[in-house]
Amino acid sequence: MTQKNRLTGGLIDHTKPLEFKFDGKSYQGYEGDTLASALLANDVRLMGRSFKYHRPRGPLTAGSEEPNAIIELRTGNRQEPNTRATTAELYDGLTANSQNRWPSLRRDFMAINDRFSQFFAAGFYYKTFMWPAAFWEKVYEPIIRKAAGLGSLSMEADPDAYDKGFLHCDLLIIGAGPAGLSAALTAGRAGARVILSEEDYICGGRLNSETNALDDMSGAEWALQTLAELQSLPNVRIMTRTTVIGAYDHGIYGAVERVSDHMAVPADGAPRQTLWRIYSKQALLCAGSTERPIAFENNDRPGIMLGGAVRSYVNRWAATPAQEIAIFTNNDDGHRTAADLTAKGVKVSAIIDTRTDAPTSEHATVLAGAKVKDSLGRLGVKQLSVELADGSIRNVSCEAVAVSGGWNPNVHMTCHQRGRPTWHENISAFVPGPDGPPGLSVAGSAAGIMSTHGALTSGAKSAVSALKSIGIKAKAIRTPKAEDAPVNLQPYWYVKGGNGRAWLDQQNDVTVKDVKLAHQENFRSVEHLKRYTTLGMATDQGKTSNMGGLAIMAELAGKSIPEVGTTIFRPPYTPTSMGVLGGRAVGKDFHPTRKTPSHFWAEEQGAVFVEVGNWLRAQWFPKAGETHWRQSVDREVLATRKSVGVCDVTTLGKVDVQGTDAAEFLNKIYCNGFAKLAVGKTRYGLMLREDGIAMDDGTAGRLAEDHFVVTTTTANAVSVYRHMEFCRQCLWPDMDVQLISTTESWAQYAVAGPNSRKLLEKIVDSEFDISNEAFPFMACGEVTVCGGLRARLFRISFSGELAYEIAVPTRYGDAMIRKLMEAGKEFDVVPYGTEALGVMRIEKGHAAGNELNGTTTALNLGMGRMVSKKKDSIGSILSERVGLNEDDALMQVGFKPVDNKEPVIAGSHLMAKTGEVNAKTDQGYITSAAYSPILESSIGIGFLKDGGNRKGEILRAVNPLKNQTVLVEVVSAHFVDPEGERLRA
Amino acid sequence: MIINHPILGPRDAQEFTYLGDASLINRPDWQADDAAKQFYDYQYLRDNPAGEHRELWFHEQGDRSWLVVTRNTVTHEISKVELASDVARKEGRSK
Amino acid sequence: MHSLQPITALGGTEAQIDVIGDVTISECPDWSLTSISARLGAEKTIATVFKKALGIAFPKPMLSGTKDDITAFWTGPDQCIVEAPYTTHETLAATLATSLKTKASVTEQSDGWVRFDLEGADCFATLERSCAVDVQVMPVGGVTRTILEHLGCFVLRRSDHHFSIYGPRSSAGSLHHALVTAARSVLAQK
Repeated sequence: MTQKNRLTGGLIDHTKPLEFKFDGKSYQGYEGDTLASALLANDVRLMGRSFKYHRPRGPLTAGSEEPNAIIELRTGNRQEPNTRATTAELYDGLTANSQNRWPSLRRDFMAINDRFSQFFAAGFYYKTFMWPAAFWEKVYEPIIRKAAGLGSLSMEADPDAYDKGFLHCDLLIIGAGPAGLSAALTAGRAGARVILSEEDYICGGRLNSETNALDDMSGAEWALQTLAELQSLPNVRIMTRTTVIGAYDHGIYGAVERVSDHMAVPADGAPRQTLWRIYSKQALLCAGSTERPIAFENNDRPGIMLGGAVRSYVNRWAATPAQEIAIFTNNDDGHRTAADLTAKGVKVSAIIDTRTDAPTSEHATVLAGAKVKDSLGRLGVKQLSVELADGSIRNVSCEAVAVSGGWNPNVHMTCHQRGRPTWHENISAFVPGPDGPPGLSVAGSAAGIMSTHGALTSGAKSAVSALKSIGIKAKAIRTPKAEDAPVNLQPYWYVKGGNGRAWLDQQNDVTVKDVKLAHQENFRSVEHLKRYTTLGMATDQGKTSNMGGLAIMAELAGKSIPEVGTTIFRPPYTPTSMGVLGGRAVGKDFHPTRKTPSHFWAEEQGAVFVEVGNWLRAQWFPKAGETHWRQSVDREVLATRKSVGVCDVTTLGKVDVQGTDAAEFLNKIYCNGFAKLAVGKTRYGLMLREDGIAMDDGTAGRLAEDHFVVTTTTANAVSVYRHMEFCRQCLWPDMDVQLISTTESWAQYAVAGPNSRKLLEKIVDSEFDISNEAFPFMACGEVTVCGGLRARLFRISFSGELAYEIAVPTRYGDAMIRKLMEAGKEFDVVPYGTEALGVMRIEKGHAAGNELNGTTTALNLGMGRMVSKKKDSIGSILSERVGLNEDDALMQVGFKPVDNKEPVIAGSHLMAKTGEVNAKTDQGYITSAAYSPILESSIGIGFLKDGGNRKGEILRAVNPLKNQTVLVEVVSAHFVDPEGERLRA
Repeated sequence: MIINHPILGPRDAQEFTYLGDASLINRPDWQADDAAKQFYDYQYLRDNPAGEHRELWFHEQGDRSWLVVTRNTVTHEISKVELASDVARKEGRSK
Repeated sequence: MHSLQPITALGGTEAQIDVIGDVTISECPDWSLTSISARLGAEKTIATVFKKALGIAFPKPMLSGTKDDITAFWTGPDQCIVEAPYTTHETLAATLATSLKTKASVTEQSDGWVRFDLEGADCFATLERSCAVDVQVMPVGGVTRTILEHLGCFVLRRSDHHFSIYGPRSSAGSLHHALVTAARSVLAQK
């Protein structure tokens, strides 16, 4: 395996060869290579096919701005489409494939598109696929997606993990080129907490690609020396392979660290990437600049690339794109390229310089005032057709072209909060405007300071002033003596004449012709130009193309570039994987899981669990032989109603309310009265929202004059607590009331059924009398259990049976459930889950989440009279609104199917027995339904217009989703024990 | 965003939940003659300025303080942060 | 003495301890917690009775105070949590309710929380991957409440390389998983 285009030197390790495969063929590169540099060294210039026309393409750049050399990296479940070969770090065994071609990169069937290019011009989709509309999704889009496009997904789950993390610093320096390094050293020596982030895997930026000396060192050597000092400073954190992707509010920056992308497989336990949230007091953008091309006819052939990229490949990676290279330039950079190539022994066929006053060169023939009219070569450039200053044509042979059109400062981060760049005439480029993110300053070529000397000194100076603004004194480092050439450039955006197939945006296949067409069709705003032509979209976001498009648009409109303006940039700076945004929150780790105190015991019992918010609750407890969930649930309901059942109700929210005004506070937040509740008693409470709609319900038990325990529904525990704090702090700040959540502190079990008291008498210590007389319905109190453990007992019932809730400190919850089961054996005690709980509450007609659904009032719930008019409480005034109190207001009632073999389905709407079924004839809806094993029938509760006066009426319960209509009878919602005798027994 | 908590200093907005216009502190008198109208206005009529806005934030994952944050809704600049209980007292609320 | 056997938040009879490289993550079940909230008007006078009852000054915002094996840490305006060994102070809440009567609302919080301790040089890198707290500059004795694994948690710095995390007990498994995963990630990146 020969690396035909490999040179000597560079920042690669020639002693460490690495094997890799591209499109199935094996090659060799060296440690320090990128995939692109290694392929070029192997004389491979063709690396991809273009998006729309499937034109052969090679790398244009040597960095993250790359539009062309986009490949699929790795195989199998780690296959990653649309990866830039120019930034993919080479590792041993790397496998990559080209994309958007069939059957092969060299012979791509879809290249036929290029022949029909006149049909695919700007706006093609909008104009062509207009009609018929139904064809878009089924016909056009699939075809377009197949033909045009980027890489393919593996369709397998990503096997790798991603981390998230948080960092803090005084000064975040974005980019470790000459400006960033001198800023970091300045700030580091001053003792400031510095984060220096660099997207490349080595620091130095252009210092690694240019041959200018810094003092008596090469740029790369100075970078290494500076890095060594920075590494010795504990207050400086150097983060390579880390791209700052966005500038967010108040000094927060997002950064992606590619921890393992340069390895075949991440180390065990290590993430592939980490998303860092960086809190900075000040930030300094030293992101450098991006070179821009000059458009000419067929300027997209493989081998035609940017001059700076050619210097990077030759100097840093010791890989020349070809043995003979032509140079096309409008500024002095082209001459620098010629010098570097000659020094490396690469032949320069000509320097084609658009400037009539171009300097001469000792390295090659300079064609002053000339321009490239066209190029030849099917899968790679072979020859240029050059128009000389006198109008004659000269053919220049070459296998690569180094194009230099000037540099655009990387202003992206300064636009992330809608800052607008301003035009800088001297360098013919946009520079950061004055309205960038607060706390962000810019140095080096990102600020339009284009010389190495300028970058070094502005980096140091900017660090000093950024630190000064946060009270840290720093002294600018002595910067080494470095190149300080002025920018000598003649703005030149594209070569006129020809067919207009001069590429501006190579990633989106947008040509000069497309921009002209957009102008002709009256698109005047740059934003419209962008969207109509797709210029500047996709993975490179127009880093190399936007300026050319703007310049042509300005020319056509007869305006200056600053008058036309520019589009601005949004995060992320470079493409960011979805995986890293998700972090570790995938699969079962998507949200934390809350386990009840009886969880481990319930697992042992083989319980089936259901997610209720973050909680896992036992849904039912299947017994051997039960094959259908209904068998388990029916059994649990019947056993509880017959004898006794136990259910973990810890998930209900509990709020400890204390203070001398605690009772008055509850009076304000509940619509019913609480001030007169006696100590040792519990009361049902309904909370309204201020608009009069029911918010939540629960109970409040008074443990002492100044101490209540409030319960909330499981779902609303957090929001009710928040609301209570709002009432306490914002509405009644001088009430003596203190709140704290105790949901997790107590393991609470409902013990329900006719034998519940008998069971609890075996648990509650004998000195506490829990007889019906001493501890009647709605009593509450502090007791001890099992020989002295502190506990709370509430005589409340959700099932309608004689029932209690017993609470013990959570660590004893596991022991408590085991104790209850053991003590309950003689009563055939059963554990019951949320399904049986739901069945029993529907049988009893108790409202729950389905009824407290954010649209219902106390009146709807049949509790209209509970809303006290004698006191101020949240929601009482607006609950009186006329619209909420119409004569035919919805009222909660029960429903039974006329034929008890038919099911009642929650969500069904209620319609008259005959007549039309539509929204106008809607009478209400069913909110909850269940099979009642006691009644041996499906039952439901719901809301019916004027429901209280319609008992006995037959209606249709219509469920269009399930295509089902059931005749139901309106009944009382209290199916079981309507007089409430059982719970008072 | 960073909210400069009056007790705790700068805190990430992720720790907070947002409620809305700080005028929610000014809950009307339930016994006023036109209580119904006042409550209607209180509940439904809010300004929605593009610019400076006083709003209520709850430090739910922090010290459980309700704060009144004066924030520019266009630039996100936060010019003032106060404890809501202090604001409420200043505006005459008590029990 | 009652007959019920406690379990730890992670569900064991013994505390779980994970040693991962240079950080040890320990479940610490043996602590009793009591929240103290000053009554209205007692915000200042609470300090005296509190000091008298516990020998510790009422903690200032974001700080804690320790005397012998009892620590009090700030949790909110005029509010703190007192932490003491469970074996000797299981009913600390009841005791403090008596001694701070009329000055404070006292609530047992022992089982509302799970405590994990992180000890060792890698506790910083582990916490960096867990929460937004600037643990590097947090003073010894510092405390703050923040989000960790989507959960509201207290982070306390006990000494140079020793932090405690208090998270909601019901989510102990998720919190433990997050901390252990972060520590393993740190180790794997060395």
